[in-house]
Amino acid sequence: MTDSATPLAATGWPLWEVFVRSRRGLSHSHAGSLHAPDAEMALRHARDLFTRRMEGVSIWVVPSAAVTASSPDEKDPFFDPAADKVYRHPSFYEIPEGVTNL
Amino acid sequence: MSPSASVETGQAAPGAGALPAGAEYALRLGDDALILSQRLGEWITRAPEIEEEMALANIALDLLGQARALLTHAGEGEGCGRDEDALAFRRDEREFRNCLLVELPNGDFGQTVARLLLFSSYQLELYAALRSSTDPTLAAVAARAVKEVAYHRDHAVLWTLRLGDGTEESHRRMQRGLDELWPYAAELFESDPLARDLVPTRVAVDPATLRAPWDAALGAVVSEATLVIPDTGWSPSGGRRGLHTEHLGHLLAEMQHLHRSHPGARW
Repeated sequence: MTDSATPLAATGWPLWEVFVRSRRGLSHSHAGSLHAPDAEMALRHARDLFTRRMEGVSIWVVPSAAVTASSPDEKDPFFDPAADKVYRHPSFYEIPEGVTNL
Repeated sequence: MSPSASVETGQAAPGAGALPAGAEYALRLGDDALILSQRLGEWITRAPEIEEEMALANIALDLLGQARALLTHAGEGEGCGRDEDALAFRRDEREFRNCLLVELPNGDFGQTVARLLLFSSYQLELYAALRSSTDPTLAAVAARAVKEVAYHRDHAVLWTLRLGDGTEESHRRMQRGLDELWPYAAELFESDPLARDLVPTRVAVDPATLRAPWDAALGAVVSEATLVIPDTGWSPSGGRRGLHTEHLGHLLAEMQHLHRSHPGARW
C-alpha cells in the first residue's frame, strides 16, 4: 500500500498512438492513444478499445515518443500562409457521380 | 464400477439427474463460462492498468455471452420452463456444474493469467471439436465462441511469456500461478458416463480426447516463457457433480444477491 498515491499510469507503460482503418480503400485515421508495455500488447489493447463495434479492418500502433509534432509557437508561419491561397482547394472540380470518397 | 462412479451416485447433489443428458452437458459448459466470467469481472477497477481492465472485462463479456446461450439451451432441454436467469440466479451451490478451476479466487495477476491460459486452451480445443456437434445449438455456439476463445488464449499466452520471461518477481509469481492451478486442470479432461454417453451420437466431445492437444499447446508456451510444468501429486475434482470448493458459495452470494433480493429487477 506504499504506492497508493501513485497514479495509474505510473506503472511505467509507455504511451502509444493508435490508427485504425475502418474500411478497405480508406486510409488509417488517428483513433486515440493508450498505454501498453510493448507494441504487441498495444495492438491487442487497441483492438479492445477502438474496434469493439466493428470499426476497423486494420490497426497501426506507433510509440507516441516517435511522433514529431508541430509546435503551437510556430502556428503562424506554419498555417497562416495557406489562408489566402484559395486556388489550392479542389473546389473548382465537379465530383463525378457515384464517387463517395475522394 | 470405478470409485468415482460410486461417489457420483452416492453424493449427487439435489436436483442432479433431473436434467436430460444433453441439457446437463450444456449446463456444465455454461456454468464454466458463467463462473469464470464473474471472476474476471472482479478485476474491474482493480486491474494494473485501465487497458488491461478493458481486456479482462471484454473476455468476461465474451464468456457471459457463451453462458447465456448455453444456459438457455440447457433450460430448453430440461423443458421445465427455466430460462437463463433462473439457472444462473436461482440455483444453489450444489446444483452448479462448473469445474473447480473457474471458481477459485483470482489471486494475483499471475494466477489470473495462469487460469486464463489453462482454461482458454481447454475451451479452444473443446469448441473447435464441438463445431461439428450434431446438436445444432451447441455447434452454433461453438462456431461463434471458438474465435472469441482464440483471442482469450492469445491474451493469456502473451502475458504468460512476458511475466514468465520478465523480471525475477514476475517469473516467480507466474510460476506460482501455474503451480497452484495446474492440479485443477485434470478435472477438465475427466470422462464420466454422461459425457461418454453423448459421444456416439456426436452431441458431445469426450473430454479425455482434448488432453493431448492441450498438453502439447501448453508445453510449448510454458517452456518458451522459461517456466516449468509443475509436478503435481493430486487432482481435485467434483465440480461436475456439484461438489465445490468453499469459494463458490461466496461468489454466488455476490452474483445472485441482486436477483434474489429484487426478483424481476431490470435495468
